[in-house]
Amino acid sequence: MAENTIETSAEKPYQEALRAYEARLAAIGSEEMVINMGPQHPSTHGVLRLQLITDGEIVKEVIPHLGYLHRCFEKHAESMNYGKTIPFTDRMDYLASMNNSHAFVMGVERMLGIDGQIPKRIEYIRVLVCELNRIASHLIAIGTYGIDIGAFTPFMWCFRDREHIMNMLEWASGSRMLYNYIWVGGLFYDLPVGFEERCAEFIAYFKPKLIELDELLTTNQIFISRTANIGVLPSDVAINYGCSGPMLRASGIKWDLRRVDGYSVYPEIEFEIPVGKGEAGTTGDCWDRYKVRVDEIRESVKIIEQCLERLSGPLKRTPEFDPRALVPKKVNLKPQDYYVRAENPKGELGFYFVTQEKTDIPKRVKARGPSFNNLSVLPELAKGVLIADLIAILGSIDIVLGEVDR
Amino acid sequence: MENSEAGSLSNMESFEKIRTLLISRFGESAIVAEAQEGLQPAFYIAPEQLPEVCRFLRDHEATYFDFLSCISAVDDGITAGTFTVVYHLASIPYKQQLTLKVRIANDRHPDRLPALPSVSSVWRTADWHEREAFDLMGIFFENHPDLRRILLPDDWEGYPLRKDYQEAETYHGIAIK
Repeated sequence: MAENTIETSAEKPYQEALRAYEARLAAIGSEEMVINMGPQHPSTHGVLRLQLITDGEIVKEVIPHLGYLHRCFEKHAESMNYGKTIPFTDRMDYLASMNNSHAFVMGVERMLGIDGQIPKRIEYIRVLVCELNRIASHLIAIGTYGIDIGAFTPFMWCFRDREHIMNMLEWASGSRMLYNYIWVGGLFYDLPVGFEERCAEFIAYFKPKLIELDELLTTNQIFISRTANIGVLPSDVAINYGCSGPMLRASGIKWDLRRVDGYSVYPEIEFEIPVGKGEAGTTGDCWDRYKVRVDEIRESVKIIEQCLERLSGPLKRTPEFDPRALVPKKVNLKPQDYYVRAENPKGELGFYFVTQEKTDIPKRVKARGPSFNNLSVLPELAKGVLIADLIAILGSIDIVLGEVDR
Repeated sequence: MENSEAGSLSNMESFEKIRTLLISRFGESAIVAEAQEGLQPAFYIAPEQLPEVCRFLRDHEATYFDFLSCISAVDDGITAGTFTVVYHLASIPYKQQLTLKVRIANDRHPDRLPALPSVSSVWRTADWHEREAFDLMGIFFENHPDLRRILLPDDWEGYPLRKDYQEAETYHGIAIK
């Protein structure tokens, strides 16, 4: 195995790439300029630093710099048991905490072999809160995207409606954004009494609002001129870069893990998978990515309605129902490894577990964040665009830096 | 992207089929070992043949593993003397998943990083995933276009996800403990 080792005593190997990067910056032409966008720029949606090599208004190259929000999720996960890691998963994509813990919990339950025993009521509550969280996440994506483009009103409208969801989830879990609600084998607590009715009221309120929001942006001529035919991502490039979620679907690929893997109770629920059709310009442009999110909110509303129907009907809460009945005291796993994936609002969220014997602390947990992969296509998309369009492209990717940097 | 015939194959059946395909194309030596007992069966691939195997699996009409979900570097333990790099592949047309693993022997000396060929020419996803594996686990990927650290600063010492990682006392004169 000697040939699989690299001698680095004389010089560390990574300095070669570092030198190439520095040489690239040193060798810019007299017409070119290096501009730093971020890490404190509001349109980078967090602490992302983009180094642009520009020629006038044209972006020639983008070099992203990550890691400003790196909080050592994977190292933390190696030092505590599975249940204690759930609050940390909430902090990855902090706009969709429910979806994060759902994916994590599904992986542990599958390894324990209890994934088939979870009561239907728990599964439906999980899907319900996840879809509520998906709507909240997409509302932020749409609202902040409006701001990036220069429309302020949608932002206020989205946040107004998102606030209702935050309040409901706070009612259920006790926390506004970082819930720790979905546990291995069950839930922190059953839904509060009257939650289903309150949620149904919200849906009745929200449906007309969604139409208003749609009218405000989707057919807005200024919005279309800023987003249609901008940042076109062909489907083969999207797949090769590992893009998933609305990014991939906007490029015309009908790929939704809720349908592909059919996890939880999604096979029992009817919903469509919206894909980009290039209605305003080309398939896979910024407008398509925006539109797919709007359509997904509509589908999530459908899913919530079906969940509510079952939760207040055949799966109605009973006094003796204990959502913690299956929560294991200690997660005893035999040595194995498992990769679990789930459809987050941003795309495929994966966790790779390697367990070890005689302890409930994992040997390795690797998180595959959808934003991390979706962002990696940015240097490809941003070649030769205007700086203003770069903002439109970055906003349409909908990244959350908490998950990019983990 | 409708459900195809092959998509209805069970995980195990397609695993057997892929083994036959790989052996007929690359010979017995490409698959070093197999792990069948777990929830997701995996092939251990010979490191030097990894890029060709990946390209073959991506382009072959019976597999089309066009989507690389994840690359995870695993430290097998201080006494094991090996590192494992795990590749999770997905096929969008066939709705299949496949796990490939590469095990590399290494003596954990900081000046001798475990090295294996990069697959970033096959899937561009691998670009950032390999940078992350290099950054946090100290795996060197040959022929990678831009193997800089990605999450940590460029002048960071050591590889934090290794089991024998010792935190430095200071960073640029700032106490960090």
